[in-house]
Amino acid sequence: MPITPTPTEGLLSPQRRKVLETVARSVVGVGVVGALLGAHERSAEAMPTQALRPPGALADERAFLAACVRCGLCVRACPYQTLRLADLGDRVAAGTPFFTARKIPCEMCEDIPCVKACPTGALDHGLVDIDRAKMGTAVLVDEEHCLNFLGLRCDVCYRDCPVIDKAITLEIESNPRTRKHAIFRPTVHATDCTGCGKCEKSCVLEESAIKVLPLRVARGVPGAHYRLGWEEYQKHNGPLLDGVVDLPDRAPGDVTPPSGVPDAPPILKGPRP
Amino acid sequence: MTGLAAVARRDHATRRADRAGRPSRGFWARHRFLILRRLSQATALALFLTGPLFGVWIAKGTLAASMTFGVVPLTDPLMLAQSLVAGHRPETLALTGGAIVLAFYALVSGRAYCAWVCPIDPVTDLAHWCRERLGLQAKGWQPRPQTRLWVLAMILAVSAVTGTIAWELVNPISFAFRAVVFGSTGALTLVAAVFLFDLVVARRGWCSHLCPVGAFYGLIGARSLVRVSAAGRADCDHCMDCYAACPEPQVIAPALEGAAKGASPVILGRDCSSCGRCVDVCPAGVFRFTHRFDASTTPAGSAARSHSSGETP
Repeated sequence: MPITPTPTEGLLSPQRRKVLETVARSVVGVGVVGALLGAHERSAEAMPTQALRPPGALADERAFLAACVRCGLCVRACPYQTLRLADLGDRVAAGTPFFTARKIPCEMCEDIPCVKACPTGALDHGLVDIDRAKMGTAVLVDEEHCLNFLGLRCDVCYRDCPVIDKAITLEIESNPRTRKHAIFRPTVHATDCTGCGKCEKSCVLEESAIKVLPLRVARGVPGAHYRLGWEEYQKHNGPLLDGVVDLPDRAPGDVTPPSGVPDAPPILKGPRP
Repeated sequence: MTGLAAVARRDHATRRADRAGRPSRGFWARHRFLILRRLSQATALALFLTGPLFGVWIAKGTLAASMTFGVVPLTDPLMLAQSLVAGHRPETLALTGGAIVLAFYALVSGRAYCAWVCPIDPVTDLAHWCRERLGLQAKGWQPRPQTRLWVLAMILAVSAVTGTIAWELVNPISFAFRAVVFGSTGALTLVAAVFLFDLVVARRGWCSHLCPVGAFYGLIGARSLVRVSAAGRADCDHCMDCYAACPEPQVIAPALEGAAKGASPVILGRDCSSCGRCVDVCPAGVFRFTHRFDASTTPAGSAARSHSSGETP
C-alpha cells in the first residue's frame, strides 16, 4: 500500500506553505518598492548646478540628505527670502532648502540665522564666520561676453562682492585689441569666495557671465601624491630627491628646438630673438 | 445611478429602519469626535500658518521638526531614526524634540498622531467618504494591516543602504504639510495620488495598510494610556456599524466580543488610532474614552440611556 503524506504534516504543510507565501509576498513586494525608492534617492542626489545649498550645508550631498529633515526652519530664519524648500519639479531632493543665486543671492548675514535655526546640524553649527562659508564658488564662465574682458569698465561683480579684493580681484593686463588700453580682468579666488552669488545676481548681461557653481563642479582636485616642486624646495631647503635629471625646458613658438635635437634648448643658449 | 449605489442606499435605509426603535441621537452625539478631530487637525496647521499669513509666529517649521514660540523643539522621531541609521548624529536640539514627541505619544496614544494631527487623514477620509457616496463596495486591493510594518522596515533599510533619510523623498504627510505651510503646490500631486489610491485602488488602503509613519507611531504607542473601551458591550446588538466605521476594525473584536472569554473591554490593539469613530457611530452607546487600566463595564441598558440623554459617558 503506498504511503501518502498527510496534508497537515511535513515540511510544506498547507499552514506552513501559507505562512511562507505571505512572508515571501511581503518581502518581495516591499523589496521592489524599496529598490525603486533607493533608485529615486540616487537620482535625487544629482542637483542642477544653479541650485545652491545654504551656508554651512554639509559638503557631501549624501551626508546632507542624511541630516536634513526638511523642516524649513532655515527658510523661516532667512531675512531675505533667499532660501526655498524644493518642490516637485525643482530637481532638488523634495523639501530640502536651496537658493538660486541669480534670483535671490545669499546676503551673508553676520549672525548666520539659518545655521542657528537648523535643529539637526545639516547646516554645520561649527560655521560661525560667514566669510568661511562654502556654498559654491564663483566662476567667470564667459570671458567672451564679460564687459571687462572686452576692455570696458563694468566692474559690477567686483564692486558687489562682499569679500571684495579677496574673493574677486581686478587683474590688469594690456588690451591686445587697442594696444594702448588696459583690461581689468575680474579674477575669482576660490579660497576666499563664499559662493554667496551676489556677483552672479549683479552681472549686467542678460545671462550672467559669472556664475556660482557647486564646488564639486567648479573645482579641480589634484592627485594626493602631487607636489609643487618650488614649495617642496622651500620646505626642505633643497630638492626632495638628489640626482634628479634636469629635463630640458620647453618654450612656445620659435624657441622650441627642432625635432631630432632634444638637448640644450635654444632658450638657454642666448638672448631671445 | 449605478446598481451598486442603489444597493448601498438600500443597506443604509435598512440599517436606519433597524434603529427606529431607539431614542434618536443628536447631531453632536453622532459627530462629536469627528468635529473635534477636524478641529485638532486644523489647529495643527493653523499654528504654523499664523506666522506666514499674519506675522504672528507660534510654531515654525513642519511636522518633521518645529520650534514653538522659539523655545519648544519638536522632532518627528521616525525622521531621527532614519537619520541615525543613515549615519548622521543629529544636534541636541533635534534629539530633545524627538524625545518630547516620543514621550508624548508613548504615554498618551501612539496613533492619535494619525487621527488627530496628520494632514493626510482628512484626505483619505474624504476618499473613503467618496467611496461610500459612489457606492463603491469592492474593497479593492487589501494588503494585510501588518504590511505597514514591512514598509517601515523597508524605509529604515533603504535609509541605511543609501545613507540618506529615504522616506522623506516621498512621504505624503510632509508633502501635504509643505503644500499648505510653505506653498509647495507641486507637492499636492503626491497627496492627490494617495487620495486616488484610497478611492480607486484600495479601501482605506494608505493609512490602514501601508503608511510606515502610522506603523511607527503604533509601535511607540503600544502601551499608551488613552484608550477606547467597549464598556457598554452588554448593550451591543451587533449592528456592525462600528466595524464599518472603524479604519482598523481588527482592533474592535477582541474587546467587543471578549465578554465570554473574560477579556478586557478596553481596545488594546496598537493599530487603534483613538479616533472615536466607534464612539460617534454606535447607536447603543457601547464605546467611551478611558484609560488602559479601566476594565470596568456598565450593565445592560445603562449605556444607551446615558448616551441618548447627551451626558458624557
